[in-house]
Amino acid sequence: MATSCKVLIIGSGPAGLTAAVYAARAQLSPIVIEGEPSSTSDQPGGQLMLTTEVENFPGFPDGIMGPELMANFRAQAARFGAELLTDKVTRIELGSRPFRAWVGDPAAEPTYEADALIIATGATALMLGVPGEDRLLGYGVSTCATCDGFFFRGKEIAMVGGGDSALEEAMFLTRFADKVTVLHRRDSLRASKIMQERAFANDKIEFRWNSLVTEVIGDSKVEAIKVADSVTGASSRLEVSGLFVAIGHKPATDLFVGQLDLLDNGYLAVHEGSKTSVEGVFACGDVQDHVYRQAITAAGSGCMAAIDAERWLEIQGE
Amino acid sequence: MSEKITTLTDATFDEHVASSDVPVLVDFWAEWCGPCKQIAPALEEIAEEQAGKLTIAKLNIDENLDVTRRYEVMSIPTLLLFKDGQPVQRLIGAKPKGALVQEISQHLS
Repeated sequence: MATSCKVLIIGSGPAGLTAAVYAARAQLSPIVIEGEPSSTSDQPGGQLMLTTEVENFPGFPDGIMGPELMANFRAQAARFGAELLTDKVTRIELGSRPFRAWVGDPAAEPTYEADALIIATGATALMLGVPGEDRLLGYGVSTCATCDGFFFRGKEIAMVGGGDSALEEAMFLTRFADKVTVLHRRDSLRASKIMQERAFANDKIEFRWNSLVTEVIGDSKVEAIKVADSVTGASSRLEVSGLFVAIGHKPATDLFVGQLDLLDNGYLAVHEGSKTSVEGVFACGDVQDHVYRQAITAAGSGCMAAIDAERWLEIQGE
Repeated sequence: MSEKITTLTDATFDEHVASSDVPVLVDFWAEWCGPCKQIAPALEEIAEEQAGKLTIAKLNIDENLDVTRRYEVMSIPTLLLFKDGQPVQRLIGAKPKGALVQEISQHLS
């Protein structure tokens, strides 16, 4: 027998947990499927679980560590009665109400039936997709500077990317590495001015513009990378013992393809706040935000989704 | 932490993995590693459920650099499975419990 609930929330980053706080305080007894620990797909707690200091979340004048902030979000949702489950949704059916969700075997009976659904599945990190990258993941190729920076004490490493995450991680990595070369495919960064200024002022960081990584070289661990200049086409070899990748994210929409309208860029389409193309299904956070993608905007949109769901459920009950 | 999980150090590592009658799954971890903390509950459950077939041990890489370097750990969480004192399998990165159990099952009798 499927467990019935008024509101099912998929995802546990700032959006999902804020939606949980609001839905729980509205007495909707939400169930939150947090996702399961994985370095390649889910990330319970969201992208902030892999960061260090968060300086731009209002209310924390001295900053706060990303994982600590998310532990606080989670505790706050739990305090008001949200049920939090460390599990992965494997299938969802939105064709009729109540909506059905599966955890575990997608061929079995549905695990949950929900009157309203809030999607907060976020986005997963993009990889370069070049030869050698997959094979050497964990052997010098890393997507988590906070996890793996430690292993590059005194080494020279490369960071690919040009956004705030890439620069923040590059600066974090200079605590360990002797030199961090930031490779960016364009000739200017999309990172915020404050991050750019800090990175430019860091003696251990060197920038290489118009640079595309085309191959990761090494037998049992990273020895070098091959870099192509996107303007001249010239190829060169950069000797590094580590390669960190922070080139952005793609929205986690696999569960909903064919059931919900997506934008051309793959993000969930929403209208009038958090409404998706199916009545009773709401979306918040990075799965529907290709513009701002901040913890605070994700949290804000999670609040919107919970309020939209609450109002919609009220109308259904009338 | 489960009583079934042993904390290892550079000093105790060799004897522990060599003298074990069953395979030992060693969790290379650190306090500052978020994904390491996320897989910790799964490891505790596996330690309970596979008792008699497998033991689980934790090695803090911050405090135990010798063993960490010897096995060339370059990313955490890394799980190394030892059988008769020899490493037979390496799992890198956080994985859900089911996937962890499935991946090491070939080495469990």
